[in-house]
Amino acid sequence: MAKVLMKGNEAIAAAAIKAGCKHFFGYPITPQNELPEFMSRELPKIGGAFVQAESEVAAINMIYGAAGTGARVMTSSSSPGMALKQEGISYCAGAELPCVIVNISRGGPGLGGIQPSQADYFMTTRGGGNGDYRHPVYAPATLQEAVDLTMEAFDVADYYRTPVIVMGDGMIGQMMEPVEFKETTRRDLPVKDWATTGTEGKRKPNIINSLALDPAELEKHNFKLDARYKEMEEKEVRHEMYKVEGAEVVMVAYGTTARIVKNAIDALEKEGIRAGLIRPITLWPFPMKAFKDIPETAKALLSVEMSTGQMIDDVKIANEGKLPVHFFGRTGGMIPAPEEIMDKVKEILGGGK
Amino acid sequence: MAVVFDKTEGLTDKQFHYCPGCTHGIIHRLVGEVLVELGVLGKTIGVAPVGCSVLAYDYFNCDMHEAAHGRAPAVATGIKRVLPDNVVFTYQGDGDLASIGTAEIIHAAHRGEKITTIFVNNAIYGMTGGQMAPTTLIGQKATTAPLGRQVATTGMPLKMSEMLATIDGAVFVERCTVHNVAGIRKTKKAIKKAFEVQLEGKGFGIVEVLSTCPTNWGITPVESLKWLEENMIPYYPLGNFRTPEEGK
Ligand SMILES: Cc1ncc(C[n+]2csc(CCOP(=O)(O)OP(=O)(O)O)c2C)c(N)n1
Ligand code: SF4
Ligand SMILES: [Mg+2]
Repeated sequence: MAKVLMKGNEAIAAAAIKAGCKHFFGYPITPQNELPEFMSRELPKIGGAFVQAESEVAAINMIYGAAGTGARVMTSSSSPGMALKQEGISYCAGAELPCVIVNISRGGPGLGGIQPSQADYFMTTRGGGNGDYRHPVYAPATLQEAVDLTMEAFDVADYYRTPVIVMGDGMIGQMMEPVEFKETTRRDLPVKDWATTGTEGKRKPNIINSLALDPAELEKHNFKLDARYKEMEEKEVRHEMYKVEGAEVVMVAYGTTARIVKNAIDALEKEGIRAGLIRPITLWPFPMKAFKDIPETAKALLSVEMSTGQMIDDVKIANEGKLPVHFFGRTGGMIPAPEEIMDKVKEILGGGK
Repeated sequence: MAVVFDKTEGLTDKQFHYCPGCTHGIIHRLVGEVLVELGVLGKTIGVAPVGCSVLAYDYFNCDMHEAAHGRAPAVATGIKRVLPDNVVFTYQGDGDLASIGTAEIIHAAHRGEKITTIFVNNAIYGMTGGQMAPTTLIGQKATTAPLGRQVATTGMPLKMSEMLATIDGAVFVERCTVHNVAGIRKTKKAIKKAFEVQLEGKGFGIVEVLSTCPTNWGITPVESLKWLEENMIPYYPLGNFRTPEEGK
């Protein structure tokens, strides 16, 4: 298929429809409004449904209901709305319901601002809701990657019976880039024999539920989920390495920040300074093993984020105390400039400004 | 010998966990009977609340979801929008529907979702041990209103049926009681009508059922039937608030 120029929010919506999503439930919030708007226009044309919910709380609970029928469903929001969705995400995780949730994140805390931010890392990777659960989190850096990962997210959700989050910062939602809708490599997906579609008198009732009053039973359930999370940690980790070979400073950055970091790396190279990048594509599971491939040349790690430092915790865990870990971040909707990142690298290497 | 009363196929064989004298069980039976009589049990998906009836998913003999506290109408919306030809109902207590879930019930009605809600009003939080509900009567004691509910600090009890009846999308709204046989018969009729309205695709239907909680009211089952009649019905008048005009 030919490439088309699209805005990020619309490209993600179109990718979801390509992946077979016909039902969308959401609540307006900047900077992701073009996504539900696209869905409200397109879904009725293909016999699906768009519902503008009364709140993000309601939207995610509509997802809980719709996903329980076995349909491929999506909701999207931005940071304050994502905070409200955590209740339902926890219930979906507990009840093993596949669904895809998009967070086009913005600055916080509180109402914060509407400019791009990566300050939802903790909420998104640490389980913002209650209980013992995880879910995959994809962090696209380009619109093509946003499209590919959104389509794959539906397969991953169905395969593991889990909510999956696609997290793009505001830039991913708002910018335009050419994208192509490719077929995903299909997984062998299990039949949804657990879905509530009516018994038709032919089978025992199916029950979508996250309650288990007997602690022994709940522990068994949680261990079952945990085994699945371990399988995801084994099989679903994604990352990209950029110019890590021979690097003196290895940076870690995701999403659009990683693109800025690449610019900084290229510019440093011209000045004779070797820096590289580990770009997590899945924030959970975090690419711990990638850190084993850091070469002997590396003197330090540098986590670059649009936050005051959240992913750095995972960087430190992955580093296992081997190298000094530095941080550079802009926050509140401010975007790091390549020059600032270059200065930080020079400072780490003792060059100073 | 002829069987005069049998357990409905609309319920499973699982034994209820409800306290002696609790009328949740009667309301379950009525819903089960109606689903069988309408011939829709096999295409019904129910949504259980958080409250004493949280385990309703084990009792109704159809596909079920267990929703988060108050969110049943949103969950039901999600189900119905994917499966418009199925029958979807929620079963909710007064804490669930009239407190934490007010936004969800009002907007399900507002959108005219083609679902049916069974609203069990027992004027108390049963499951958590007798705290005050928005529906608790003035002067009625609750563990969080030890001197009895006071208007000055907690307002007047919320009349959900009257409120919902102001919403166009709520095409069927009726309040009933199960404290006596006549009331039970009327309640069953109303529940049937509320499901028929859904089957006809007319809009949102709700039946509020006044119900007992002898355990947390601190009186015997028999006294609680009397208490309901003498205290709840005067404040929560029985009757139909909205019904679709014939042929429409
Ligand atoms: C988010 C959340 N808040 C609080 C609770 C605790 N809780 C469980 S049931 C309940 C009240 C139920 O009362 P009601 O809906 O009237 O049902 P009843 O038990 O009286 O039938 C509460 C507050 C919960 N489970 N979830
Ligand atoms: S606590 Fe009240 S509402 Fe709950 S089962 Fe017992 S009597 Fe019924
Ligand atoms: Mg109650």
